[in-house]
Amino acid sequence: MIDTLTYYLKFPFVQYAIIVGVLIALCSSLLGVTLVLKRFSFIGDGLSHVAFGAMAIASIVNVSFGESSKSSGQNDMLIVLPITIISAILLLWTGQNTKIKGDAAIAMISVGALAIGYLLMNIFSTSTNLSGDVCSTLFGSTSILTLKSSEVWLCIVLSIVVVLAFIYFYNKIFAVTFDESFAKAVGTKANAYNLIIAVIIAVIIVLAMNLVGSLLVTALIIFPALSAMRVFKSFLSVTVCAAIFSIICALLGIFLSIIYGTPVGSTIVAVDMAGFFVFSIVGKVGGKA
Amino acid sequence: MSELICKDLTLGYENNALVEGLSFEVKKGDYLCIVGENGTGKSTLMRTILHLQKPMGGTIEYGDDLKSTEIGYLPQQTLVQRDFPASVREVVLSGCQAKTGFRPFYTKDEKALAKKNMERLGIENLSKRCYRELSGGQQQRVLLARALCATEKMLLLDEPVSGLDPKVTADMYKMIKKLNDDGISIIMISHDIYSAVKYASHILHIGNDTFFGTVKEYKKTKLGKLYLDEEGGKEND
Repeated sequence: MIDTLTYYLKFPFVQYAIIVGVLIALCSSLLGVTLVLKRFSFIGDGLSHVAFGAMAIASIVNVSFGESSKSSGQNDMLIVLPITIISAILLLWTGQNTKIKGDAAIAMISVGALAIGYLLMNIFSTSTNLSGDVCSTLFGSTSILTLKSSEVWLCIVLSIVVVLAFIYFYNKIFAVTFDESFAKAVGTKANAYNLIIAVIIAVIIVLAMNLVGSLLVTALIIFPALSAMRVFKSFLSVTVCAAIFSIICALLGIFLSIIYGTPVGSTIVAVDMAGFFVFSIVGKVGGKA
Repeated sequence: MSELICKDLTLGYENNALVEGLSFEVKKGDYLCIVGENGTGKSTLMRTILHLQKPMGGTIEYGDDLKSTEIGYLPQQTLVQRDFPASVREVVLSGCQAKTGFRPFYTKDEKALAKKNMERLGIENLSKRCYRELSGGQQQRVLLARALCATEKMLLLDEPVSGLDPKVTADMYKMIKKLNDDGISIIMISHDIYSAVKYASHILHIGNDTFFGTVKEYKKTKLGKLYLDEEGGKEND
């Protein structure tokens, strides 16, 4: 088993996958606490469906440029990222004061984007393996093992930006999440920070889609936060614990999927779930002691 | 000069006016209690003073060196806070947030201010405890300490004793009175008319009849007598 692992670890594509996997796991865990507590868990889900729709549009644009849709991940990113960011802003901004309330708006946008995405892929796709393409966009696939070095770099840069932004805005995110009214009343620009949170979430989702596919992105965001919240009691310790939890689960997931040849995305999520149960038990026992 | 002057306010939302022609002012060191039945616009008034919401008519002026963002706010508990993983220190420190501007982290001075306010309210021993595990009264003290980190001038309290038991309620009122004696102006929404007339210097009664004046004047009015009697009758039942 160890032999298989060391054998695979020599290949650059496996190394890429591990670097990208760890970075994505780190980023996606950071805002989990905020999303869970603001009752925004499903924003991640909604946005990832939007990203799926955007991915479909991107592949069509690529087809019209005469490129095959598989070899142009970077062009995809240039289309998917802005669309997802704009949707995130719309969802968070309008969520507070429109006739269609938060969860309904998310449900509407997410299923709408899913349908349109699949429709477009069906109409315009030149691929011979359409259902395979769709499935890999939804659940993640071996695609993480076929990353090019340019994509890895893009991922590294975006991850660093996300982590730095999170550290810079850490105290403000805390204030706005804990009590938005109070923050606004004493003159914190809560709306601006909500906007920043929305943009960071959008970037994280687009990144994380590469790893686990759009249906499973939410798992990557909420499991670390929920698990950490079982055991730890301060915002800082929960955030740090969630980040470490997420990285360890991602690494375990990637290794397991290499050894047993299982799909990367669903393996990582399964490990996350197992971790959540362990933390729940630890939290229960520790809470009583 | 007054710290807060509200002139001819019309309050409400979506073209539905709850209160019209509301005028009152708060001077430095005043203790104003806002009383009235449910649904008469007390909370709306509070949100308007905190400029979380625009008045439908009239003006709010801030004076005597009070900026509109220098009003500390003690909100009613929200759902989010009930399971928020945060230590007491983190919550209190977040009161300094507005002072940081674009600076990402808190300075030593701000941390010292948070510590001072925790001591002031007798919660420094809870500093590392988890906010959601505290009792209702302790949570209110934490939020009060946070509000004090944001301002030393004026506090707005939204039903600070709701859900607290009688002893903790009495402690809370004493604590607020002590802060008032330190020179902090207090505006408090309350259902508890007896404590209101006991501790406050001014009363603002919102409802079908509106009254603004000192407690003494309030007790003499028909409205005040009626309201005090009514509440008293209820409590004797």
